[in-house]
Amino acid sequence: MFQQYSLAHVQFMLTGLGWTVTLALIALVGGSIAGSVLTLMRVSSNAILSRIAQFYIFVVQGTPLLVTLFIAYFGASYVGFAVQPLVAIAVAFSFYAAAFLGDIWRGAIQSVPGGQHEGAHALGLSRVAAMRYIIIPQAIRIATPPTVGFFVQLIKNTSLASVVGIVELTRTAQIVSNATFKPLEVYLTAALFYFLVCFPITLFSRRLEKRLNV
Amino acid sequence: MSSIERTAAGISVVRASQVCKYYGGFQALDHIDLNVEKGETIVVCGPSGSGKSTLIRCLNALERHQSGKLTVCGVEVNDSRQSVDAVRRKTGMVFQNFNLFPHMTVIENCMIAPMKVRGMSRDQARATAERFLARVHIPEQADKYPAQLSGGQQQRVAIARALSMSPELMLFDEPTSALDPEMVREVLDTMVELAKEGSTMICVTHEMNFARQVADRVIFMDRGSIVESGAPEAFFARPETERAREFLAQILN
Repeated sequence: MFQQYSLAHVQFMLTGLGWTVTLALIALVGGSIAGSVLTLMRVSSNAILSRIAQFYIFVVQGTPLLVTLFIAYFGASYVGFAVQPLVAIAVAFSFYAAAFLGDIWRGAIQSVPGGQHEGAHALGLSRVAAMRYIIIPQAIRIATPPTVGFFVQLIKNTSLASVVGIVELTRTAQIVSNATFKPLEVYLTAALFYFLVCFPITLFSRRLEKRLNV
Repeated sequence: MSSIERTAAGISVVRASQVCKYYGGFQALDHIDLNVEKGETIVVCGPSGSGKSTLIRCLNALERHQSGKLTVCGVEVNDSRQSVDAVRRKTGMVFQNFNLFPHMTVIENCMIAPMKVRGMSRDQARATAERFLARVHIPEQADKYPAQLSGGQQQRVAIARALSMSPELMLFDEPTSALDPEMVREVLDTMVELAKEGSTMICVTHEMNFARQVADRVIFMDRGSIVESGAPEAFFARPETERAREFLAQILN
């Protein structure tokens, strides 16, 4: 009655892994772009822009990603936008990632000591030049570990996309598990796949930190 | 810059009249009048909280004065972008904590402003930076990072970095206060050389030997005001006010 857990199942799960990686890339790119905008708003001297960004960060950080995803998918179609699942996910993940990255990057920029701004300004560098050549290069070093940590979380969170019908790694594992009734083997395989994607990123981050810490 | 003669005196580099600065209700600068002429070396001293640092930080618009008129290197200091940019291009500042850029090598620290503010080419900027690093006697440290240098060396890099913009006025904000005692000498020697070469300098410092050696004038500040101003011999030998006497008694012990 149950199928044998076979290589074909693993191959099926690999297609799921493909979707997982795709979703993660969408979330990383979308989240980084939106996160950069939020960061700039947050550190700008315009109080209104900064407040708007802060409010956004509070709201989105205080909402579970799953709920954000439901709003983007079911909520949007309820008010009349027939949203493709992939679009809903791209939007929800980008919004979610932006709120965290915006905060991480803002913190990194603000933790560069004030003397660095003064040193740059005393030399006649403009605000923009001081940011670009003095502050941001130092902020990147500070922001690297938490940013990579968040990216790894984001990759794992793409498993939530299964609820809006994307057949990514977790969903394929569920399907295979139901067909074979070998949940331990199947989910261990899925865990191994997640690990194989996340581990190199963590390694890369370690190396990057070492290289930046001259 | 080194060719400027002492006889060039008569050109005003700083002209402050009735300059006031408040932090909330606290008056940090109280109707400051000050003239500094080209080639002069001024030492500003006084107890902590007397407004010395605030004064020189107003000169390059790191702090903004609220009333009075302040002209630095021919630029009237006000809130406009042009004014602030112009005055910072014409002044160099050396800080107590060096404020070197830790992610750049020594020579890159000295090249960034000439390239990004003056629009120099990389090669030009490198040549200029090498010249000034040689002048502060650390040409061999060019490719190290600031963290690899001693405090005294770092401060000399900071001086070279400021000089690389060919400023008309050099501001020193307690340049030796964060240094170990054995490093103070090398930084002061560099400053003495600069003064003797005719640079216009305003130095907030408690190094009274430096003042004796090269200052044209010593300015004593207390509670936001300039209380005394005069030649160093006269100031050290016969301070006119009780406050200056007390200060000197403490600092010379």
